[in-house]
Amino acid sequence: MAAPATDVVQAEPPAQENVPTFQRVMERLGPLWTLGVLIILVIIFGILSPDLYTKAAWLSTSSYAVEYLILAVGQTFVIITAGIDLSDGAILGFSAMAGAVLMNNMLTGHSSGAVASIVGIAVMIGTGTAIGVLNGLLITRIKLPPFIVTLGTLTAVTGATDLLNNGGEVTNLPSFIANLGNDSLLSGWLPYPVLVALVIALVFGLILARTRFGVRTYAIGSNEAGTRRSGIRVDRHLVIVYGISGFLAGIAGLMVTANFSSASSLAGANDELYAIAAVVIGGASIFGGRGTIFGTVIGTAILSVLTTGLVLANIAPFWQQVAIGGVVIAAVAVDRVRTKAGTD
Amino acid sequence: MTADEPAPGSSDPAPEETPRVEVRNLAKRYGSVQALRDVNMTLHAGEIVGLVGDNGAGKSTLVNIIAGALQPTSGSILLDGKPVSFRSPIEARAAGIETVYQDLALAPDLSIWANMFLGREKTVSGPLGWLGWLDRKSMMAETAKDLERTRIRIASVGSRVGRLSGGQRQAVAVSRAVAWGSRVVLMDEPTAALGVEQQARVGELIQAVAGEGLPVLLISHNLQQVHAICDRIVVLFHGTTVADLRPKDTEIDDIVSWITGAAIASNRKAS
Repeated sequence: MAAPATDVVQAEPPAQENVPTFQRVMERLGPLWTLGVLIILVIIFGILSPDLYTKAAWLSTSSYAVEYLILAVGQTFVIITAGIDLSDGAILGFSAMAGAVLMNNMLTGHSSGAVASIVGIAVMIGTGTAIGVLNGLLITRIKLPPFIVTLGTLTAVTGATDLLNNGGEVTNLPSFIANLGNDSLLSGWLPYPVLVALVIALVFGLILARTRFGVRTYAIGSNEAGTRRSGIRVDRHLVIVYGISGFLAGIAGLMVTANFSSASSLAGANDELYAIAAVVIGGASIFGGRGTIFGTVIGTAILSVLTTGLVLANIAPFWQQVAIGGVVIAAVAVDRVRTKAGTD
Repeated sequence: MTADEPAPGSSDPAPEETPRVEVRNLAKRYGSVQALRDVNMTLHAGEIVGLVGDNGAGKSTLVNIIAGALQPTSGSILLDGKPVSFRSPIEARAAGIETVYQDLALAPDLSIWANMFLGREKTVSGPLGWLGWLDRKSMMAETAKDLERTRIRIASVGSRVGRLSGGQRQAVAVSRAVAWGSRVVLMDEPTAALGVEQQARVGELIQAVAGEGLPVLLISHNLQQVHAICDRIVVLFHGTTVADLRPKDTEIDDIVSWITGAAIASNRKAS
């Protein structure tokens, strides 16, 4: 990344010359330092409890990560634009419940399981996307801060979820949905939800890193006014970004419903905090302009390993949240150092 | 003073040639504030014209109108002899008018090549291109070529703009305007944030741009620089173009007296 000083005209030393060595090292490492943290965690928890290296531990760790990873991928796009989506967990819960209630009613009305599944999946994804687009419209048309808008949708949508089924659970679902959650590939090592999450991370990772849409997402978070003057339709772009976050929340809702073979009104509660934590641990800047899906995948893995590892090491589950909170603060502190190293 | 009557000190370089940009009787009013009263000026191919004036004289308003960011209340702008009216900077850019803004409008987190192509990204051909897959290789190669002309060397077109020095950023912003501007480049205080040495570098860069036939309208408070590099200097006073000066016949003190309005008073007495 750093330009060799000899290649630059003498009168104009590169900005990083005055930056202390530690910061330059962090800057050069980029998201790789988080990978190092993940490896260290895996080693430490492996020593504390060798059960971490079993198939059962892999399955519970990876399955736990599915909903957070899918949400965090959408959250990465949002945070890179210097926004935030507090509502993605609530959207997950609402779209899952909307689809489940509909599937339940269709099954009761003697529809076939296949038809009910297709309609239910479409409703989950469609509902999620629609709420995400609504977030985007409120933010760009009425010029409200993303924090306020998505805090509002978080609250309203959480209430609406309870309205759908009086706060109850829906368990009567087509068998296709349950199979989606419980079947797997590679002799049981790769559950379908994990595959779905990884494919989503790959596809959206490529969109972010290699397409026009991706580079414009970074540009908006880096200099919104300048991006506007360059002729890019910033408002439309932001609506799509919040739409993507909602779309992925809908898919995450499907995965959670499939995994438990039921829809609960509590599904997705507080997930937004984990998703934001994963993105920030993964090296994205909450001030916008920076972040990668690769970093987000690592960030999600760190959260999941921390959770599984603490359980396997017989540490009281209350400590999980304390540990995760500590990691988030540490990650932001490191981001600060890196950001200082990166700009003058 | 009217458009037909040249301002004192001016001598049109090629009267028979159609100016690249001609501004006629331009006025802009914001409510009760008359930002521009009567602006008349021309800009010919290959010329560097300095636009000077005190704070509030209307320099930024004029540039914003030519760049399409503001619409005039009355008067007209002619581009190669044809009247134009831009409703947005995007329309002005489509007509070949590029602007280097005071804040440069660069995205510090993006690489140099991504900034050069911001909003005009190249995609690969074929189905991947329809999905917006970037043609990074060709954008990098073109950026390297464009930057070569600036003579401000930058190690790699993949460097993030946030890592560059002020002069290097300026070079990127100017290169971008030159690369895309086919008719005229407007520069709003391009050297305000720079040190002396870097100002000189950007000055050379502007001269190189004009040398290739692209006219530059340069707004600056730096009268030394304006005097040194411009072919003509247009002075705005209270929203009116009061003088069109040739640096070789003009001392910096004369420019100052036009800017402050002292010269207008003495001119009246003389005539």
